[in-house]
Amino acid sequence: MTPPYYFGTIAALSEALSVGKVSSLQLMREVIARTREVEPRVGAFNSFDELDALAQASASDLRRTEGRTLGLLDGIPIGLKDVIAVEGQPLTASSRMLANFVSPYDATVTRKLKAAGAICWGRLNLDEFAMGSSTENSAFKPTRNPYNLECVPGGSSGGSAAALAAGCAIATLGSDTGGSIRQPASFCNVVGLKPTYGLVSRYGLVAYASSLDQIGPMTRTLEDAAIVLGVIAGHDRNDSTSYPAQIPDYRSAMTTVRGPWRIGIPKEYFGEGLDPEVESAVQAAIAHYRTLGCEIRTVSLPHTQYGIAAYYIIATAECSSNLARFDGVRYGHRSSEARDVNELYFKSRAEGFGQEVKRRIVLGTYVLSSGYYDAYYLRAQKVRALIRNDFLAAYRDVDAILTPVAPTPAFRHGAKKDPLELYLNDIYTIGVNLAGLPAVSIPCGFTRAGLPMGLQLIGQPFREAELLAIGRAYEREHPWAERHPSL
Amino acid sequence: MSSEPNINIEHIATLARIALTDDEKRIFASQLGDVLAYIEKLREVDVSGVEPMAHAFPVFNVWIEDVSGPALPVEAVLRNAPASRDNMISVPKVVE
Repeated sequence: MTPPYYFGTIAALSEALSVGKVSSLQLMREVIARTREVEPRVGAFNSFDELDALAQASASDLRRTEGRTLGLLDGIPIGLKDVIAVEGQPLTASSRMLANFVSPYDATVTRKLKAAGAICWGRLNLDEFAMGSSTENSAFKPTRNPYNLECVPGGSSGGSAAALAAGCAIATLGSDTGGSIRQPASFCNVVGLKPTYGLVSRYGLVAYASSLDQIGPMTRTLEDAAIVLGVIAGHDRNDSTSYPAQIPDYRSAMTTVRGPWRIGIPKEYFGEGLDPEVESAVQAAIAHYRTLGCEIRTVSLPHTQYGIAAYYIIATAECSSNLARFDGVRYGHRSSEARDVNELYFKSRAEGFGQEVKRRIVLGTYVLSSGYYDAYYLRAQKVRALIRNDFLAAYRDVDAILTPVAPTPAFRHGAKKDPLELYLNDIYTIGVNLAGLPAVSIPCGFTRAGLPMGLQLIGQPFREAELLAIGRAYEREHPWAERHPSL
Repeated sequence: MSSEPNINIEHIATLARIALTDDEKRIFASQLGDVLAYIEKLREVDVSGVEPMAHAFPVFNVWIEDVSGPALPVEAVLRNAPASRDNMISVPKVVE
């Protein structure tokens, strides 16, 4: 591989590290220099700890010298969304509520990355508490899209996508509740994988909507996504929703799974509101699969149109419950104005939460309030079951489903001010979370204006290896992610 | 589900324990009104006989053995407490 190393893949860099072509310290220094150079314009990081990263890199080099290398991730800088706990580092969720919080322990994914030798690098910006699709809801600053600084990077894992696209990390982790890994990945020309619900532990993840949240990798290639997934996946007794699934070697499994596959195209995902440039890029990918001998079938997911309504009931209900823990008592922001315990709650929460978080807590509280539970929450959970059944029925005829990730490429900062308008943007990603399925966003070209676009492949539960293999059949001949932004 | 969702923002903010400003109340009531009107779509769906789905997979009643494991040291926990004294978190007076 050739410099700059900060645009390298995990696969290539681990090879370069193993033959001594580059040291982890050298790689980390390059990534730090690049971050210092571009971060003032991109704004992907809430904070980063250079000395800590350099110490982790030196430790990796020492392990290598002593023949104790821990695996492919050893010595590779991986950025973490600022909702994933790293012991001794800030954990802000991009909220004033947690502005001064320092993690007393590692999230399970962090512990696994460290055990694999990865360098946990930086705290990456997001929409406050992962609520949003543009990273404009961060309490600290908006993140900018490296391909066009006037545009949003997507969200909520916008910092994770932008840092990776800008060369400030070799891979990152995001979290995905309604599309928060896949949509920013598509806006920033990187791969974003949302694993099957239950595959990756959420212990140490700041909770948003617990029946939907899932942590996943953002990478430059599908192979890298396989490598990271193999490290972070697996059962964890600290997360009761964690599923005792067999974890294969995804990297080798994705090369042995072979097509041709039957690929489903849901007609409901290609209707009104889909940008023509995105549609033609996705159609070109479908045509590619056809030339590979795949059978392309039209399928129907008839309850698609109810996904957003069901999602915004379930997600806000769960968020109103999860965020009740922020009461100004044990940790997080405490109002200095409070004279009694009730004022402590009301004022600490008023001062600590931003507008979108308050809006969702209020909506969630409303739909759970006395007299409305059956009409909203219970009904949404039934619709959720119908949405999942749609997918499972489709999988009787196809191996995977191919769709756009978002109806449009990245939009401009400040362009979407109305909350409902922004919620409607999640139309193609939300069904996957409601159904608990794995899905991956893969770069599929650029608009005439130079903005990245992404396609989404949706797979069957716990069949990530097959999903990645199907994606690889496109990526191999369309390596769009190799086109870096000029910053 | 009422046909014209009308959110009593004052009551809901009290349930949620958030002090909203008058501006926030006005704006949220209007925005949430729009969202609730949109959510009305769900009334169209025939859900008779459908079991509600709380979860993606039928994993229920996950038990772990009731044995104590390693816990965080008190100092580590109190480091994030807004105020503490004598190894305890201090709060404003709760009872008169």
